[in-house]
Amino acid sequence: MSAADLTRATAADLAHRLSTGEVSSVEVTQAHLDRIAAVDGDVHAFLHVSEHALDTARQVDADRAAGLALPELAGVPIAIKDVLCTLDMPSTSGSKILEGWVPPYDATVVARLRAARMVPLGKTNMDEFAMGSSTEHSAYGPTKNPWDLERIPGGSGGGSAAAVAAFEAPVALGSDTGGSIRQPGAVTGTVGVKPTYGGVSRYGAIALASSLDQVGPVSRTVLDAALVHDVIGGHDPRDATSIPDQWPSMAEAARRGLTGDALKGLRVGVVRELEGDGFQSGVKQRYHETLDLLAGAGAEIVEVSCPHFEYAVAAYYLILPAEASSNLAKFDSVRFGLRANVTGTVEDVMGATREAGFGPEVKRRIILGTYALSAGYYDAYYGSAQKVRTLIQQDFDAAFEQADILVSPSAPTTAFKFGEKLADPLAMYLNDVTTIPANLAGVPGMGLPMGLAPEDGLPTGLQLMAPARHDARLYEVGAAIEQLLEGQWGQPLWSQAPALATALGSNGGAR
Amino acid sequence: MSEITPERVAHLAMLARIALTDDEIQKLTGELGAIVDSVAKVQQVATPDVVATSHPIPLTGGMRPDVVGETLTTEQALAGAPDHDGSRFRVTAILGEEQ
Repeated sequence: MSAADLTRATAADLAHRLSTGEVSSVEVTQAHLDRIAAVDGDVHAFLHVSEHALDTARQVDADRAAGLALPELAGVPIAIKDVLCTLDMPSTSGSKILEGWVPPYDATVVARLRAARMVPLGKTNMDEFAMGSSTEHSAYGPTKNPWDLERIPGGSGGGSAAAVAAFEAPVALGSDTGGSIRQPGAVTGTVGVKPTYGGVSRYGAIALASSLDQVGPVSRTVLDAALVHDVIGGHDPRDATSIPDQWPSMAEAARRGLTGDALKGLRVGVVRELEGDGFQSGVKQRYHETLDLLAGAGAEIVEVSCPHFEYAVAAYYLILPAEASSNLAKFDSVRFGLRANVTGTVEDVMGATREAGFGPEVKRRIILGTYALSAGYYDAYYGSAQKVRTLIQQDFDAAFEQADILVSPSAPTTAFKFGEKLADPLAMYLNDVTTIPANLAGVPGMGLPMGLAPEDGLPTGLQLMAPARHDARLYEVGAAIEQLLEGQWGQPLWSQAPALATALGSNGGAR
Repeated sequence: MSEITPERVAHLAMLARIALTDDEIQKLTGELGAIVDSVAKVQQVATPDVVATSHPIPLTGGMRPDVVGETLTTEQALAGAPDHDGSRFRVTAILGEEQ
């Protein structure tokens, strides 16, 4: 088995080969570390590569050799978005204000990965505090899209999506506040899921907007995302917003989708407001071809209207900055992170620290949020935005009366070039027009590859949305659609990505 | 048009404890004006009869039994601090000269 095969294998396949003893976790982990060494100089998906990965892998191999019963994903490597606290690696959330900070605790999702005996490979790049759609707002420089290094990998979780697309990791964790898992998935040809709000613990996820943030899986296949979801999901007493329900197995749902006839008779709701102006022609073309394919497979395509989605971006850019301005108040130069070297009172030091430690987008949103929450403006802005949230939930409720699942493109365009939208914050904000409604309503959403746009040869993404608590439906239907599309293409979309140049002295992991 | 002026941005920056430069205040005044004008469209549909939603999935309770759980040690809590004396965070003066 060559190392290149190991880096292109799915997590499900690796788990199987590890369980039969065909490969060891050390071999699998080493192949990915070598791949990172070979391509990450160009891609810059990682902010930190773990020095403990091989030790962790070695321990899994030893326990397997000793005959211990191990969880399904034991020994499979995983990349972790830098928004998540990790005991043994710095956790910066892409910000200078947390440069080098090593948390005194693990996020619950990270603790669960470790308990499942997965192998953390490192921390992935992101827009600072998850504010952005391109990773251009990372304090540590942007991640490049593996399909075209001159283009953005999406954001905020561009690092996790690029790591998976560039075969540096089979799976990764992301976080999605307004599309930060699904939009990077769309532009890198990968899969990503934003679970139902409260379905996955937020404990130890450095908060952006607490009523919108959700942690979720990033992968190359729907089944792999489901396997990771099963590891990280479920009730956590340390998160007061965690849903106490029992959840069905997402992996079982995905496997059902691959073997059954999930699409037959399925009512697929096409959201009228999530296409049209501002959507690239190749995105629309692939979207309508996919809808035709679904109809051919027995799905019933129904058009649904969600008239208040038009107000979603506006509501989001009031609620998010308001919550962020409060959440980011903790970066006060006292308990952790940066302290500016100035004289004066503690408030002078605090102001100088936040001036030096926050990037322009973070400052923009904190000031906007402070404005939205100020006396005299609260009702007009924040209060109105919360009402829009109710209207959007009602739109979803009505749409799910008519359809089992809702669909839209996951992003309006393919990957754009660096710098293209950096000077115009409003243009950047519109990248998430398709993904924001799910966060506002708390419903789960999945992004999966939908083919390459004919005009530029770059990936497009399909978004699926299900009612709250029905994440398993996404996996069942998503796996069936993925299988249907790959049947058309003759191969997975990610296998068509151009080869990346590998660094001198490294050959992509063959050792 | 919005009411975003340089004076207002400077005041908001003071409230948010960010020592913005004059150049940043000028730039943000224009940007925030455009953003606020755009997001103000929420007012078109936020009529008095619509209730506000603060939390997407309604939950009640969320309280755990009142027992001592795992906590950080003093050493762990201070480990990431810019300055400390071994048992407390150390900061500069709380009050300025004029106070």
